[in-house]
Amino acid sequence: MTSRAVALAVFTVITVGMVDACRKSPETVPVPVTASTPDDGAQRRADSIANAAAKRRADSISAAARNNMPAPVSDARTQTELTNTLAQKVFFDYDKDDLRDDAKSVLDAKAAILNANASVTLIISGNTDERGTAEYNLALGQRRAAQVKRYLESRGVSEARLTAQSLGDSAPVASGTDEASYQQNRRAEFEAHNAGTLVRPRS
Amino acid sequence: MTYRRAFCALLLFTSPLAAQDTTTRGVRIGLTYDPGSKLGVVVLRGAGTGADSIRAIVQRDLDFGDRISVIRIDSPSDTGRDVVPNWAVLAKLGAAAAVQITPTPTGMHLAVYDVAKQTTALVREYVAPAMSDLRGWRAALHGLSDDIEESFTGTRGIARTRVLFERAKRIYVADSDGEQVVALTPTASVMSPSWSPNGQSMVYTNWQPPAHVVVHDLTTGRERTVFSGGGVSVTPVFSPDGSTIAFGHGVDDGVDIYAVDAAGTNVRRLSVGHGSDNTSPTFSPDGRRLAFMSGRAGHPELYTMDADGANFSPLTPLDFGENAYRANPDWSPAGQTVAFQSMISGIFQIMTINLRDLGMKQLTSDGKNEEPSWAPDGRHLVFSSNRSGSKQLWVVDVETGRTRQLTRGAAVRNPSWSPRLSSN
Repeated sequence: MTSRAVALAVFTVITVGMVDACRKSPETVPVPVTASTPDDGAQRRADSIANAAAKRRADSISAAARNNMPAPVSDARTQTELTNTLAQKVFFDYDKDDLRDDAKSVLDAKAAILNANASVTLIISGNTDERGTAEYNLALGQRRAAQVKRYLESRGVSEARLTAQSLGDSAPVASGTDEASYQQNRRAEFEAHNAGTLVRPRS
Repeated sequence: MTYRRAFCALLLFTSPLAAQDTTTRGVRIGLTYDPGSKLGVVVLRGAGTGADSIRAIVQRDLDFGDRISVIRIDSPSDTGRDVVPNWAVLAKLGAAAAVQITPTPTGMHLAVYDVAKQTTALVREYVAPAMSDLRGWRAALHGLSDDIEESFTGTRGIARTRVLFERAKRIYVADSDGEQVVALTPTASVMSPSWSPNGQSMVYTNWQPPAHVVVHDLTTGRERTVFSGGGVSVTPVFSPDGSTIAFGHGVDDGVDIYAVDAAGTNVRRLSVGHGSDNTSPTFSPDGRRLAFMSGRAGHPELYTMDADGANFSPLTPLDFGENAYRANPDWSPAGQTVAFQSMISGIFQIMTINLRDLGMKQLTSDGKNEEPSWAPDGRHLVFSSNRSGSKQLWVVDVETGRTRQLTRGAAVRNPSWSPRLSSN
């Protein structure tokens, strides 16, 4: 699945959810008044207003619960899954800082968690393979981290919560000199701080 | 005791040289003597403790300078201090001059003989540290070698210089002959050392986030941070007057060339890279221009600009071939040439570009060769190469192509050749 498709899917889910949420209150808005006595009509109008108000209140409570309250069960497995998603690496092409579609999917998932957990901050470390000069690679690693940071910002994460840094080619995870090793090393890594107990984002 | 240990160390130290001498026993006229371009010099054996070590070191210094042809003879015995040499034998050897160094209680005694005129051309006393201070003693002796070279060729030698480099992400320094390797930084996260113009300090970066630029006083070991701005900071260099440090720095929008006053004030951006990578600045000797590497054309190439960032222009002709990659420029002390590394058939090689006609010259072809740095004579370059199997420093004479290995042992990189040094 391309990242655009993923983004679209995510967008659709969110949009549908919002439309759904919106639809509920209009449903309760004044019922059409048809051929009735003024008193009867007044009574019905008053009832419907009261009903609508009650419904709105209930909706707003459930919406608040949906948006702000912790997930009902914050079990260890959920925590591990969220932590792993925050830490999941993203990978780059040779000498490039462009975000590939696979990277964007991973970052979308991170952004959702970050948006649901406002206290979490993230250090993004750009890394490179060993080709090129060490100095150039430090710069390239920084560009990669900055690109990731910009993308997360575009997904609603505030700049103040994100730090971009570079380790250049100094921290390889694979020591080979083949393309497979190089690919593993051309990456951004993530270190979450103030994570505490993470709340699962609503999708 | 200290003296004795140091002397033993010295003996150990020079034993490979002694071995080398035995392999070149006898007169070597015609093998190393090229009267057309080099002056033939015999280093006569002196008398006294350490005289043989002195002779071996001076012979090697003169040889490494590539301007003098050292005629090695197997002197049966020392001739005694200031005893007039046998002119006929020296003339027969093809020597234009002879020198003799005799250790004295306070240093060394140098005598230089002009063979053609059959006269003593120069007698000079040198004050040197005791041999127990091996590093200082050798520095004084290298200075003597440079005096000899200057008296013969008019150009001062480069024996009394040192080379900074990285080993396991620490910074080390070695003498010009590869001896006296000393670690200068304790932390294992520093890179890109570069000398101050007076040779008394160096500047480097600590890339461990938050990256910062550090000036390290080589006499006291004292360090001060002159820039710390988040993101990356790489490849700092001093301007020729020592007032400014230029370096590559960037946080969220590429890496640009910045400058900061040596005191750590007045940070300003010089290049406008629009999100590309711009690193490895190097000043022209007059301090008015900078050459640097930029990726703005899509791959690394070299460019120049004024020291304030104005008048940007390409230096190396844009090469859009596969793997085109030019990096790590170093402006020669004489100012006419810039050395750099260029990808040739997928492997980095050392090249120079002449600023007058933009003619380029390839200096290496054996293995992967990177990070050239000029010696103060503008004739030698030190660079890193993997040709021996591990990454080591090598020195090439750009006029003859003659190449020698400078370092051995654990892998090293990123050399910076000092200016001529006057203190230890």
